[in-house]
Amino acid sequence: MSATREQRPYVNPYLAGTLLGVVLFASFFVTGGGLGASAAMSRVQTGVLDLFAPGHVDRVAYFAEMAGGGRNPWAHYGVYMLVGTLLGGLVSGLVNRRVKLETRKGPRISVQARWGFAILGGAIMGYGARMARGCTSGQALSGGAVLSVGSWAFAFAIFASAYAVAWFFRRLWT
Amino acid sequence: MAPYDLAASLGPVAYALVFGAIGFGFGAVLEMGGFGDTRKLAGQFYFRDMTVLKVMFTAIAVAAVLVALATSFGLLDMGRVYVNPTYLWPGIVGGLVMGVGFVIGGFCPGTSLVAASTLKVDGILFLVGALGGVWLFGETVGSFQPFWLSSYMGRFTLPELFGLPVGVTVLLVVLLALLLFWLGDLARQAFGEGLAWGQVRKVPGRAGTALGGALVAASLVLVVHGQPSPEERFARMPAEVRRSAEERAVFVDPAEVVALRRDVGVQVVVLDVRDERDFNLFHVGGSRRASLQELESPSRLKMLLDQPSTTVTFLVGTGEAEAFTAWRRLTALGVPNLYVVEGGVNRWLERYPVDACVASRVGKADDRDEPAWRFAYATGSSLPAAWPELESSRSFRSPCATPAAEGHDAAHGGAGHGVARWPAHAYTKRVKLKSKTAVKGGCG
Repeated sequence: MSATREQRPYVNPYLAGTLLGVVLFASFFVTGGGLGASAAMSRVQTGVLDLFAPGHVDRVAYFAEMAGGGRNPWAHYGVYMLVGTLLGGLVSGLVNRRVKLETRKGPRISVQARWGFAILGGAIMGYGARMARGCTSGQALSGGAVLSVGSWAFAFAIFASAYAVAWFFRRLWT
Repeated sequence: MAPYDLAASLGPVAYALVFGAIGFGFGAVLEMGGFGDTRKLAGQFYFRDMTVLKVMFTAIAVAAVLVALATSFGLLDMGRVYVNPTYLWPGIVGGLVMGVGFVIGGFCPGTSLVAASTLKVDGILFLVGALGGVWLFGETVGSFQPFWLSSYMGRFTLPELFGLPVGVTVLLVVLLALLLFWLGDLARQAFGEGLAWGQVRKVPGRAGTALGGALVAASLVLVVHGQPSPEERFARMPAEVRRSAEERAVFVDPAEVVALRRDVGVQVVVLDVRDERDFNLFHVGGSRRASLQELESPSRLKMLLDQPSTTVTFLVGTGEAEAFTAWRRLTALGVPNLYVVEGGVNRWLERYPVDACVASRVGKADDRDEPAWRFAYATGSSLPAAWPELESSRSFRSPCATPAAEGHDAAHGGAGHGVARWPAHAYTKRVKLKSKTAVKGGCG
């Protein structure tokens, strides 16, 4: 892999934001819907659960809606988008020499602690994303661009909450 | 006109490829912006790095401007674009929970995908945790379902909230984003880098100024050009919609309306666009009066847009012209399963006549909006003809019947008591229930 060579710098955030805005617009224009990740995660999770406990999936309303009976949780545009997102990240990472097996963390915590917090934070994030009916991309970004009131309230809530608790978790990052 | 019904026009493979390509662009841009690096993301909340704020709000502003420009110039039909429905409190609580998760885990779901794809172990583990989180939500949502479904406001947008035109709202969004970028840079220098206030660079950078100028200019175009009126939007609708109007497929015989009112599987709503006087003289049982202006008001329109797909809405006027105008405008605004009662109330009264002592015929029941009957007094929905689907409506006491005439029901023109049935009318079935399109964006 390209780990021996220096990784390239990230692009200017305004340029990245503009490109992201163009991709988001293209999504609305072609498909009528925005971008997202968490709905597809929910489908992947339900799909996996359906392999092991199909009966349970049929009995819990939330899962049954996606994979109950003969429904196929994998055949969903969100899942295709998720696969595309992984590939897009990989290709950009390869081109810019940033694909490398490593752990990114703050200076004061151990790698193992970072792993633990990543899983915990992921779980909280996943839970909250379904509660809010969308993650940062599906709600804040996509809903924000089409001026949905709920999406704007959500976006401010996530920033406010993160700033409010950041001080308590400063050991993780500073 | 965009957006396209991909599920109908593409095969399954091409369908998957389109969404895959959009996802590819999404992932590539996130990675290029540095969203695969958790330190860059978390740095936002310690005033060290404003990348999250800048990328996110730039993307929102750029996309909002492009979407509004496309609708303004008739390239995109906003009625068919998915707008995340507002469930205010579950959204806010979910956002508060996610803020905590963001600071602890260092990613949001989308960015963790990019981190995982570039082999960041923390990204992969975050993803595993997130899958656990969505599973836990599915298991527990049943216990707080009422809250999760609460404060539902449907498709509710900022222009409706503020009562402003779309162009002005987009301009305000752009200005808010630029203000946040400027404040963010000040905060980063003052708190993150610990510079004294005198040393803080207060002039925005070149990239930000260029972007800001372009976005403001584009929003000013929006403010000036405005958004298309419902009639203009109807003119740009797909050919089959316009054809359905020309071929009279949206005009439904009163007899079919009556048959559907009998059908327990369908919810029938009748909206009467006549004025209050005509409405009070006679109206179809259970119908509601609403002028076109009222129907297009945001709250009323939202109700029409939010109806379940088993609801059929009929517009009825005196004749057809006024109701058809309402049909065109509401169809352009995206109201599904909408039809016009063929011939209006005039035709209805021809199919289901009322006693001669109540209303006398004064004109022809054609398509014009001229009443063909003159009512002696206001009957509201008290006449049998207002409820032809009910057998019992035939036993309503007839206003013309004198006590002496009670025995001679059959002799009483159209409306007797109890025994006689409404004549069965032959009609061509026109109502076809359609469910809404499915693409809701990634987090639907």
